[in-house]
Amino acid sequence: MNSASKSIRDKFVVSVIWLFLCGWGSGANAQVTEQRLLNSGKEPQNWLMYSGDYAGRRFSGLDQVNAGNVHSLVAKWVFQTGATGKFETTPLEVDGVLYATGQDDRVFALDARTGRPIWLNQYQLPGDIRPCCGRVNRGVAILGDKLFLATLDAHLLALDAKSGNVLWDVATADYTKGYSYTLAPLIVNNSVIVGVSGGEYGIRGFIDAYDPDTGKRKWRFNTVPGPDEAGHETWEAESWKIGGAPAWMTGTYDPVTDQLFWPTGNPSPSNRGEGRAGDNLYSNTLLCLNPETGKLNWYFQFTKHDEHDWDATQVPIMIDLGDKHLIAQANRNGFFYVLDRKTGKLMSASAYGKTTWSNGKDSEGRPVATKESSPTLKGHTVCPGALGTTNWMSPSFDVQTGLFYVSARDQCDIFSTAPQPYEAGHAYYGSAYFPSDEAEPYVGALRAIDPQSGQVKWEFSHPSPTWSGVLSTAGGLVFTGDAEGNFIALDAASGKPLWHFQMGGAVYASPMAFAVDGKEYIAIAAGSSLYAFGLP
Amino acid sequence: MRRTGFLSFCHLLLRAIPSGTTGIGLVLVITSVAVSQTRNPLAGNPKAAKAGEFEFRINCALCHGLGARGGGRGPDLTRAHKRHGDSDGEMFRNISQGIPGTVMPANGTNGQGVGMTDEEIWQIVTYLRSIQAKAPPKSFGNAVHGKELFYGDANCSGCHMVAGKGGRVGPDLSSVGSGRTVENLIESVRNPSRRLAWGLTEPTKEFPQEYETVTVTDPDGQEIKGVTLNEDAFSLQMMDTAGNLHLFEKDKLRSIKKSRESLMPKYESSTLSDQDLHDIIAFLVSAGQK
Repeated sequence: MNSASKSIRDKFVVSVIWLFLCGWGSGANAQVTEQRLLNSGKEPQNWLMYSGDYAGRRFSGLDQVNAGNVHSLVAKWVFQTGATGKFETTPLEVDGVLYATGQDDRVFALDARTGRPIWLNQYQLPGDIRPCCGRVNRGVAILGDKLFLATLDAHLLALDAKSGNVLWDVATADYTKGYSYTLAPLIVNNSVIVGVSGGEYGIRGFIDAYDPDTGKRKWRFNTVPGPDEAGHETWEAESWKIGGAPAWMTGTYDPVTDQLFWPTGNPSPSNRGEGRAGDNLYSNTLLCLNPETGKLNWYFQFTKHDEHDWDATQVPIMIDLGDKHLIAQANRNGFFYVLDRKTGKLMSASAYGKTTWSNGKDSEGRPVATKESSPTLKGHTVCPGALGTTNWMSPSFDVQTGLFYVSARDQCDIFSTAPQPYEAGHAYYGSAYFPSDEAEPYVGALRAIDPQSGQVKWEFSHPSPTWSGVLSTAGGLVFTGDAEGNFIALDAASGKPLWHFQMGGAVYASPMAFAVDGKEYIAIAAGSSLYAFGLP
Repeated sequence: MRRTGFLSFCHLLLRAIPSGTTGIGLVLVITSVAVSQTRNPLAGNPKAAKAGEFEFRINCALCHGLGARGGGRGPDLTRAHKRHGDSDGEMFRNISQGIPGTVMPANGTNGQGVGMTDEEIWQIVTYLRSIQAKAPPKSFGNAVHGKELFYGDANCSGCHMVAGKGGRVGPDLSSVGSGRTVENLIESVRNPSRRLAWGLTEPTKEFPQEYETVTVTDPDGQEIKGVTLNEDAFSLQMMDTAGNLHLFEKDKLRSIKKSRESLMPKYESSTLSDQDLHDIIAFLVSAGQK
């Protein structure tokens, strides 16, 4: 059977099962079709992909929990992973079952009403993996009755959603050279899309698409172009071979124009530009790809020839303002960028945090780095620091307030060169960075940006910067967590805090919402536990 | 050398043992392998020291300073005597596993570097050996007199403890003599507000405390001044200047004012002579070595 007819057969089978199950109303067994993913906004009770929808908004249409009653919110259940290290998952929730990942690539399915586990799958990692920033995983993707897990040893797996059993497991890259995955895959047009991590190891980055039935690779987009590819000329000599540009966060997708948006990270070595003269495409870039072929439609590079580890991997959010179809990103380099999502043309770039690296813009309006911002042997201070004004924690766009919410950090670092030879599988920074101990304490805040003006409309200060993402809901609320262990609900329009709960562990995750049996829940990971909150 | 590499090395060694070898011989061979891990295989290698310098910058300089001379919260590692062990093996262990009860994290867990291989850790040990002071620092003060001043005329013990004796509004200084450079200690006395006690290690705290000055007005209108023990967005735990604990919900307070101006008075040379200051520091250094 050729692949086209197989695909038609599969789609037919899926449709039949879907109708059958809907007829019986057996919610907990429903399959997640592509149609459901495309129309995720029509079923706000479910959270079907990493950012909640293809637009990347992390906005829930649920409004049972709202500004009027959120003060009475209580913890409904807690699930403990029993693992240590950062817990970065965003769970999926499908018809009463919650699917999440934990440290060391464990996956679990929970009864979403009670938090009771249905199955647990602990992936067996080799002993010598080299993740840069913790043994983390941010979540799974779902299609049909399969879950997709991308692992720290650069494998991609399909698991049976009902049992957790492994359906297929493919090695996609050589983990001993520093390739790994930490992101939740994205399902687009019957493909499983993943982007690789490893920008601290001198990898050559890529974005891949896989067949969900077999694990066979459909295409690969090399984020560092080879000798026959456009953009290759932006790399000095052989530096492209270890050029980095990982793609370690989940992208977004515009079904109207059938365009896949995927952001990329730093060139390697991350903090030393010597030896890789040029713009270093497609590092720190928003890529617009054709999801069927992986071919490039357009690109926009935020930070050219980066020397400060300012990955541009933050989730890009699609925003429609009147007849303008935009895509916006609060970038790690401290600027909030708005692009036309059909053409990639830059519409605006405004600072939303403390920046010292740029004092001018190029003809396209893109902030450009001053010569003085490069790291030196003695070391000097640049803002933002290497962790950036924001990082991988998800922002949110609230369709009701029209505001873009982002967790921001105002911290400057001393950047000091530390040249290293490249050695496969070894850390490859080329520079040291650390906060000056004479600096003022770091400031953290949740900031609400008006995408039309680029101005910060309100902010809520944290005692220290947070690694929590943001959720906005139709209840007029914004939810976020903090480094001190609080989960916080704020008024979406004003930023006034309305409720909080001390979870006892720092938050390194982005919240989500779902509903079961007509009851709304808000969930977030903190410490080693997953919490679900609801009305009493 | 990676851990996996070490294991396969053991494996090869075991395979190389003649079949007639006794069990005791086997134990001896394995013991000698374990012992060899405590000796730096890169000792004295200048290339390794250079590589170690850059590894150090990336992984360690955050706390210990660019040249390993100590920072706001990490000790000076150029000293010959290191509180938690001077031998190659102890240094390797401390870098690899961290030091329990201190803020020194295990390799790869400080959120800064990516974690080092065994070989890279040995490079750092080699680097530290290459910059280590040849002799213990000459004592420049009289520790006995310093102790008298600490508990007497200089009135340090009103706020600071050493070995369980003294006040508690300021940081416990029992180990500060081994954790900070002399320059850093002098600066902390002469100009205490320049750098607050940024993440100073104290055995009773697993989170950094900066000893920020805080002044609150409680619901009854009473003003309370002291240091911040901890806080989050909604609550504040503080100690007043008399050493009393106060635990507040922030929204119940009439006002909260925080200041980076330390509660510790500035000891100018007119109030505390250089010699007396050196004596006090000599006392702290000697206390820190215990």
